[in-house]
Amino acid sequence: MPTIDLAHTSLRELNATLHRLKFDGNETHWRVLNPRGQHAVAVGIDAPILVEIEGHVGYYCAGMNQCATVVVHGNAGPGVAENMMSGQVHVKGDVSQAAGATGRGGLLVVDGNAAARCGISMKGIDIVVKGSVGHLSAFMAQAGCLVVLGDAGEALGDSIYEAHLYVGGTVKSLGADCVHKPLQDHHRAELARLLEAGGVKGEVDINRFRRYGSARRLYHFHIDNVGSY
Amino acid sequence: MCLRIDRRVKRCEAGDGKADTGASCMCGIVGLFLKDPRLEPELGMLVAGMLGTLCDRGPDSAGFAVYGRETPGAIKLTLRAPLGHDFDCLTEQLETAAGASLPRVVRDTHMVVTVPLAREAAIRATLVEVAPEVSVVGAGRRMEIFKEVGRPDLVASRFGLPDMTGTHAIGHTRMATESAVTTNGAHPFTTGPDQCLVHNGSLSNHNAVRRELARHGLAFQTENDSEVAAGYLTLKMREGLSLDRALQASLATLDGFYTFVVGTESGFGVLRDPIACKPAVMAETEKWVAFGTEYRALVDLPGIDAARVWEPEPATVYFRERQ
Repeated sequence: MPTIDLAHTSLRELNATLHRLKFDGNETHWRVLNPRGQHAVAVGIDAPILVEIEGHVGYYCAGMNQCATVVVHGNAGPGVAENMMSGQVHVKGDVSQAAGATGRGGLLVVDGNAAARCGISMKGIDIVVKGSVGHLSAFMAQAGCLVVLGDAGEALGDSIYEAHLYVGGTVKSLGADCVHKPLQDHHRAELARLLEAGGVKGEVDINRFRRYGSARRLYHFHIDNVGSY
Repeated sequence: MCLRIDRRVKRCEAGDGKADTGASCMCGIVGLFLKDPRLEPELGMLVAGMLGTLCDRGPDSAGFAVYGRETPGAIKLTLRAPLGHDFDCLTEQLETAAGASLPRVVRDTHMVVTVPLAREAAIRATLVEVAPEVSVVGAGRRMEIFKEVGRPDLVASRFGLPDMTGTHAIGHTRMATESAVTTNGAHPFTTGPDQCLVHNGSLSNHNAVRRELARHGLAFQTENDSEVAAGYLTLKMREGLSLDRALQASLATLDGFYTFVVGTESGFGVLRDPIACKPAVMAETEKWVAFGTEYRALVDLPGIDAARVWEPEPATVYFRERQ
């Protein structure tokens, strides 16, 4: 397993090395040591590899990720997995604000808490937060699912489009045009799939979750376009 | 270590970029509170390292407040003078006013002079009379404040921060966005005896608040928004609020985005605006509690790998003080 120690290798060299990997290459499991809060660690990967980062990272870790699985054994700063396209990012600790921002696909799993604006403008990414999320989470969320096992802060889902929000704990307040919606069987199935993907299958009761989504009064929703989300 | 920055690219100018009215947009803040007295000889070195890491968040100026030993019955005045000022001559004049010899330490453009409490007013009056170009940047039983224009790592070494000892310290690296790069615009700003404030953010209503504070008799040296925040806390505490309550009250009055860290004789406090615009990280071990704008600032603290690391909640006042 290749190991890159950021105490001796520059961040630019790490990212360039990961970018050079072929899609079907042989080196599929990488370890990164001593991130020491640096920004943009393991961004822009475009290969189905596993990258394990041993320690806390700074801004934008695993941003624009495509196909790779990036595991952070620590906390992540603002904008982790921002604009992720596919693959998976798993943070074992807490994440700062704007986790999964604008993500278009893939799965972000946070074992701890996420700060403000988690899933802001998400466009297809699925996010599972095992702790709580801060204020203005899922702001202008367009598509994808945000699952929060704990509580949500103020103004959840403000100006939301068609993302699905599931919260197991309390919601401090809902944002503009975000409303409580009934949890139907296909939502339960979706939630069960996401909880399994997040590694907590069977550990939480699906029936304690409440679903939130758009009241569709703020933006111009037309049923003919539902397939776009 | 300090990253070189191309300011034409990195500097975030507000509006039309005129350097005249206020705040600090990016900036870095650090705070370190030692629980283990055995670390006190290393306080300055640890804080210098933290400030150095945040050079790239604020390469324009830097400042810090260090809480060291007190002398019973005396107060320390930190004086700042223009480069090359004759501190020997000034000290003689102050000693004449005090009628006693005054212990002093000169560090670059600053001098910390320890004066008997009973003579403080007389010495301040003498200072105004004989050296109007010298300003008192801080006063307190334990607090010393140093701030200058320049790269933070260089500012820290000019003042000999790595050799300073104490129980706690706060510091600031400034990336000026709205008001000019001057020493007066550098943080910390004092808010009273043994108290000071550092700020990361930008207040949008500072002109209106400054006018209101001026009506209450407060004087301001700069057009800087952070000085207004310091003045607001000063006024509220003068009116009888505790620092904690004054910070809470500021949430309703100060509009904009900010993270404040305030130093007090016994510790430091942290407040983020309700929107939590500016980044903030705290960490704690059995030996210390630290604040940093980014986690990077904390990575060289002893035992950081085992520290509890968390993000302070918005609109919540955190205090860490010696009992």
